[in-house]
Amino acid sequence: MLGLLAALLAGCASKPQGSVVLLPDAQGRDTAVRVRQDGGELLLDKPYAAALLTDQGPRPTTSSAEQVQAQFGAALAARPAPPQQFTLYFIEGKDEFTDESKRAFDGVFVEITRRPVPDVLVIGHTDRVGSDAFNDALSRQRAEVVRRALVARGLAADSIVVVGRGEREPIVTTADGVAEARNRRVEILVR
Amino acid sequence: MNILSQALRAVLAAALAVALALPAAADIGQVKTRKGQVSVERKGQLLPAEVGMPLEASDTLKTGADGSVGITMRDNSLLSAGPNSILSLERFEFDATTSQGRFDAQLQRGTLAVVSGRIAKQSPQAMTLRTPSAQLGVRGTDFVVSAGE
Repeated sequence: MLGLLAALLAGCASKPQGSVVLLPDAQGRDTAVRVRQDGGELLLDKPYAAALLTDQGPRPTTSSAEQVQAQFGAALAARPAPPQQFTLYFIEGKDEFTDESKRAFDGVFVEITRRPVPDVLVIGHTDRVGSDAFNDALSRQRAEVVRRALVARGLAADSIVVVGRGEREPIVTTADGVAEARNRRVEILVR
Repeated sequence: MNILSQALRAVLAAALAVALALPAAADIGQVKTRKGQVSVERKGQLLPAEVGMPLEASDTLKTGADGSVGITMRDNSLLSAGPNSILSLERFEFDATTSQGRFDAQLQRGTLAVVSGRIAKQSPQAMTLRTPSAQLGVRGTDFVVSAGE
């Protein structure tokens, strides 16, 4: 029986077609990859759980940080910096930063300049004071203020995309007409 | 500023918001890092890959023996390939508002490191990575694949 199993495994190993290794998530989130081949299916759901791809289906195995580095070092070294998100807040009904966010803006710009080819997505939001039309325009104006400030500091205008979402995507859900400082914001995604 | 001009400004701003959100829609991602020889095959043409180059659906990235390349997709997925790799970005659809989308890529050869993004986070069935012999359903987030060894 064991001999048969060994022979089967040896048979599997005779034609390696590749491999898959699950890595630990940088933020500790749950992570999993389902590997499917003609010969079967395998779920990788632990760090360094691995699958050898063979002509008889995926074969479970375990890898390590060292083995991954040896085989995938160049691919991992080429990985772009992870996108970073910032949130800046505004004074009620206006497209002016709060004092705190005026200072935080410097941090956003530092993150942008660390990247060789930054692209920036700016999404403006409002609270629920005012009409939908007013808030659509205000959210857009808030995002525009950020765009202008970034361009003024030297970021290429064509690397910035600006969007206004009005009051549709609150951080804190409120009734209509309620002022809520945490919803008066611009989200800046730096990639 | 009076109420009328403020209202006019609001209307114009809303119209602009729609207009300006569009140009980036064709781009599915961007080359962020490159080392050695890397090219992009697009509609039958072979283009040299440069840092900052926008990517389109159906692009195929090819790295030479000394090459590597890293790309960031619009849904924040990060893909990076080592030497002697061929990676096809077969299909990429992404709604930035809902995070709904579809991302299909194929590693025909070589090595690839992946951090999945918003598409896979929103729907665990929405991102698939294939190799010539396998299909990976990406639940998230961080993994490496090799093909054709």
